Amino acid sequence: MYYHWNWGILFAQEPGGTGTYLHYLIVGLGWTLATALAAWAIALVLGGVIGTLRTTNHPWIVRLGNGYVELFRNIPLLVQMFLWYFVVPELLPKGVGDWIKQMPPPWGSYVPAVLCLGLYTSIRVAEQTKAGIQSLPRGQRLAGTAMGLTQLQTYRYVILPQSFRIMLPPLTSEFMNVIKNSSVALTIGLLELTGRAKSMQEFSFQVFESFAAATVIYMLTNLVVVLGMRWLERKVRVPGLIAAGTAPQVAH
Amino acid sequence: MGGFDWEVIRTSLPYLFKVGMTFTITLTVLAMAGGIVFGTLLAMMRLAHFRPLSMLAGGYVNLMRSMPLVLVIFWFYFLVPFIGAWILREPRPIPVGTFYSALITFTMFEAAYYCEIMRAGIQSIPRGQVWSAYALGLDYWRAMGHIVLPQAFRNMIPVLLTQTLILFQDTSLVYVISATDFLGAASKIANRDYRLVEMYSFVAVVYFVISFGLSLAVRRLQARIAVVR
Amino acid sequence: MLRHTKAIVAALACAMLSTAALAEGTLDKVKSQGFITIANRDASIPFSYYDNNQKPIGYAMDLCMKVVDAVKKKLNMPKLEVRYQLVTSANRIPLIANGTADIECGSTTNNLERQQQVDFGYTYFVTGNRWISKKSAHLKALQDLKGKTVVSTAGTSNLKEITEVNNKDNLGMSIISANGHPEAFQMVETGRAAAFVMDDILLYSLQASSRNPKDFEISSVELSLQPYGMMMRKNDPEFKKLVNDTLAHVYKSGEINKIYDKWFLKKIPPKGINLNVPMSAALKKVIAHPTDSGDEKDYK
Repeated sequence: MYYHWNWGILFAQEPGGTGTYLHYLIVGLGWTLATALAAWAIALVLGGVIGTLRTTNHPWIVRLGNGYVELFRNIPLLVQMFLWYFVVPELLPKGVGDWIKQMPPPWGSYVPAVLCLGLYTSIRVAEQTKAGIQSLPRGQRLAGTAMGLTQLQTYRYVILPQSFRIMLPPLTSEFMNVIKNSSVALTIGLLELTGRAKSMQEFSFQVFESFAAATVIYMLTNLVVVLGMRWLERKVRVPGLIAAGTAPQVAH
Repeated sequence: MGGFDWEVIRTSLPYLFKVGMTFTITLTVLAMAGGIVFGTLLAMMRLAHFRPLSMLAGGYVNLMRSMPLVLVIFWFYFLVPFIGAWILREPRPIPVGTFYSALITFTMFEAAYYCEIMRAGIQSIPRGQVWSAYALGLDYWRAMGHIVLPQAFRNMIPVLLTQTLILFQDTSLVYVISATDFLGAASKIANRDYRLVEMYSFVAVVYFVISFGLSLAVRRLQARIAVVR
Repeated sequence: MLRHTKAIVAALACAMLSTAALAEGTLDKVKSQGFITIANRDASIPFSYYDNNQKPIGYAMDLCMKVVDAVKKKLNMPKLEVRYQLVTSANRIPLIANGTADIECGSTTNNLERQQQVDFGYTYFVTGNRWISKKSAHLKALQDLKGKTVVSTAGTSNLKEITEVNNKDNLGMSIISANGHPEAFQMVETGRAAAFVMDDILLYSLQASSRNPKDFEISSVELSLQPYGMMMRKNDPEFKKLVNDTLAHVYKSGEINKIYDKWFLKKIPPKGINLNVPMSAALKKVIAHPTDSGDEKDYK
């Protein structure tokens, strides 16, 4: 096979002088996780709110929630990324737009990436929140009303705690999706793990070593996340609460 | 920023659709077909009683689902010429263009997701069907081909189509290997003529219209199938 | 006649020994496949870029066609099909190394590091690594770039060099890697980056075709010399000799001057701009004494 193997390249110094290529990739993992966690936080808050709102009785709020979900669901993530990075600064007033464009890298890429990924993932969280809440027996909501709780209190003390535990397994795979989707940000210049693997390949010409290292790092991260979430599930488990079955995982 | 330049969109429409959208749609359709075929095969392997086979298929599916699609695209882009040479026993890596590299990538990647869908579909068929088939003297392949798979497939059509819509959107990621799909074509015009806002907004609108339209059609189909059952 | 026989015998031998682990020469590969694949660029003006009909044209493409003619003659295949493979700065080297394309004709710098992965033919252009920035920013010396955001194109020797210089001289620059030359230039136009580091001839053509060329200036500081050569696979002396013989013939006969004039001193598609860049002394030297050296020192 005509390929010049060199696994030692992982321990060679990268041109920017920050350390070995392996170190360069691991810093990339740091950026991947930083992007994923920030986006995840936004997605949980926003998605939780929107998903909950979509289960209320007010038709206009439900319609608004549905419109929001349809908008972000039907535009590819990469296109949304470009909109946030290239188009939004041009549409804002000149002063604000220029300030955004002046943001030094990596923040110039990090902020749009986090916002884009956060909003994109929030629709999935909204769907799962809605599904989780609606999977509870109607009796729960009625019992809350019977006990004299307001709708807000019913949600806060009865519905949401139960649906949260039901939602935990799908939320695990959603977090893994956020980590994987963060790689799309390399197109707007964010040097996360996949972007750095590509960069390493361009500087060192060692294609397979670069991408193999990145793949192994992703798989290890996957393992840690899955184990971590399983631990979390065990910790918050309420004995006797039957979890709803999940539909086949469609998207990624 | 001044007015919105509609001219650049109008003049680039032929290029965008004849070159870009053709690439995107061809890739989507072919990868869907290949992915469903390969995915069904993987599902059957996963449900087989022969442990090594089910572990192999399971391992493949888990591998594909743990990697970002961007990384998988890079892998296949650089790897396929070498694999092709090894399969065809050529001394040199064989040249594979951007389109075929993308096609192989998306077929292999989506197969992992179609596999899980078909697996759920196959498992949703009552076991009684399978036993009756065996009782009637059909072997495994005939039972699958004539009894199980057609039903599983029909039950799963809405989910399969939804996954295809996701595939349609994901094809935009071929941007990272500089392929001229719909987004890639728009990007070239945007950078050549300094019209980022116009081109990317137009791309977003087109994707939205197509995607939303198709998802409404799938929902209508789902309602109709549910009634028939 | 004898040369053709050798080629045919070699091709037949290779066809029979298809399971051999020996590397197959490019000429044999072209002969058995029936087509030759040229790696071209889409925006390296005026070397290799797309005209309005998405056809690859340029100075390097014209020289490439001369090589293709020589291949046609050598293999006695006048109807040889020519296929094009679009490449970027980032993927050109892997795509030559893995056989997706047979020869790359663009704006690729020949340097010693790259010679570990691929081979280069005789140099056909000599340019320098400079930067372009807005005139209003007054970025004249390397020290002026201290702490600024600088962009270059992914996979180029320029990006690697500015990264190393940034580290060596502690300039504290933030370096962005863009997907292509137009994207990188856009960043300077929109204000995301203060300077775009690239070969001066490419900067020159981007400036000339931009909306307001007068807003920009190219640095007089030259970070290094960048000789351009055609890329091909390593360990293929037969093909390399053909390429070099072809170029030597074009240089000696004076045909090179006509080709140079066409792309650098006359109006070029798609916008009909005349770059007006007379042949540099370094290039004249290379034409008089062709070399495929990857060492900067040989061009000074």
